[in-house]
Amino acid sequence: MSWMFLRDLLSGVNQYSTGIGRIWLAVVFIFRLLVYMVAAEHVWKDEQKEFECNIRQPGCENVCFDYFFPVSQVRLWALQLIMVSTPSLLVVLHVAYREGREQRHRKKLYASPGVMDGGLWYTYLFSLIVKISFEIGFLVLFYKLYGGFSVPYLVKCALKPCPNTVDCFISKPTEKSIFILFLVLTSCLCILLNCTELSFLVFKSTVKCFVQQHPKRFKSSLCECHNLRYDDCGRIGGPLLFRNLNSDSTISPVQQAEAKLLCFTRANGIPKGGPRATECSGQDSN
Amino acid sequence: MDWGTLHTFIGGVNKHSTSIGKVWITVIFIFRVMILVVAAQEVWGDEQEDFVCNTLQPGCKNVCYDHFFPVSHIRLWALQLIFVSTPALLVAMHVTYHRHETMRKFRRGEKRNEFKDIEDIKSQKVRIEGSLWWTYTCSIFFRIIFEACFMYVFYFLYNGYHLPWVLKCGINPCPNLVDCFISRPTEKTVFTIFMISASVICMLLNVAKLCYLLLKVCFRRAKRAKAQRSQPNHSHKESKQNEVNELISDSGQNAITGFPS
Repeated sequence: MSWMFLRDLLSGVNQYSTGIGRIWLAVVFIFRLLVYMVAAEHVWKDEQKEFECNIRQPGCENVCFDYFFPVSQVRLWALQLIMVSTPSLLVVLHVAYREGREQRHRKKLYASPGVMDGGLWYTYLFSLIVKISFEIGFLVLFYKLYGGFSVPYLVKCALKPCPNTVDCFISKPTEKSIFILFLVLTSCLCILLNCTELSFLVFKSTVKCFVQQHPKRFKSSLCECHNLRYDDCGRIGGPLLFRNLNSDSTISPVQQAEAKLLCFTRANGIPKGGPRATECSGQDSN
Repeated sequence: MDWGTLHTFIGGVNKHSTSIGKVWITVIFIFRVMILVVAAQEVWGDEQEDFVCNTLQPGCKNVCYDHFFPVSHIRLWALQLIFVSTPALLVAMHVTYHRHETMRKFRRGEKRNEFKDIEDIKSQKVRIEGSLWWTYTCSIFFRIIFEACFMYVFYFLYNGYHLPWVLKCGINPCPNLVDCFISRPTEKTVFTIFMISASVICMLLNVAKLCYLLLKVCFRRAKRAKAQRSQPNHSHKESKQNEVNELISDSGQNAITGFPS
């Protein structure tokens, strides 16, 4: 059991993520996990051996080190990485549950188990909220435990059995400060990515709901979506087409035919409301 | 999680790179990553343990080591390799997005005459043109910038690329100016020069790749302009007339049936 296990688990999440989710995964893998493993871990390797106090009293160094570093920064970093990566597994579990359900009932229950709709959308949203909470939580914990994000070169310690206030020197404080700063920056970047993804999902869903609830309001604009200006949906003819064409238009015959079909079906009261409305902009629903 | 994972990420980009790009990836992984892992870690492994100062004052060694080596050489190289490799991911992401869009259009029925099936789209090598050309060029540009920045930071932090065998340190709590001795300075200097040379070679390869891409575009544009100049007006007018004719016949058909065919 090592970081490879986490990496393999997270790789499976990739296929169920949005575009921003994939960028988040790439940032976590490369700028956090990889940097931790190839560089940061080694900086804190001999942190207690190199922690030196200006005293020969046995036990003084141990006590002072334990007081100033209750949990080593590098261990806190590793914990943060694990806690922040695991909410994504909720999505994988939900998809596996859906697939299991389909197998049990031996029929197609979902359009596709991996598509983000219904319950899976809520699971994804919940995983994003949990990720953001963990990130912020760990940053606050770091700040409170170490009194900021920098490592001093000297700390003063007066705990028993130290006979008086002694100077204790931390090893490689500048390098440690640089890596902690790197950790904070990548954490903030990940928070930003998660917040953006959350807002994007909520916004997209709100727009979809609004369009589905008010299809009539979008009746005339449906035809405009295809950049064709019709006076009235029912009236389509050759001369109108040419009047609307200019040298810049790039309307394909397929689009024109689609627009005509749309207007025809709307005019005849055939309900082809919400989904067609979202397809108007030429984008997929996810 | 180790350099192997980065190799998997970057290796995927290899298919869409130019031949200079493939040489660059080979240089990166053999002469830089492997050397870093195999040799440099051994050489720098005991760097603080064997850093010795001519004083018994506790804390003097720590403070002097921190002053002369704010960031260890191998950590800087590791960061440099990570930063220099990541722009390639932009290209990989763009190619994936491009494939995804092509597959979507194929499913809607738009590119049936270009591809036989979905597998054909997945296996086809994407050509470096259009927006992908811009992404690729930007990634090379950023690589050059990162290489140059890290080389400068190295030079600035260590006052050159040579490691001395003795340093003089007088920072508190050292009682006076003490001599501090670095472990294996010559071996470290050799490896530093090796890594810097590999860095320079990679930078030159990136510059060559950038020039190649720019020249290719210039030649392509010149060729197109030449072709257009030899047949200037006729083709343009003819294509416009063809478009108009098609639309007349299409609208005529649909006016009769009321549905698209």
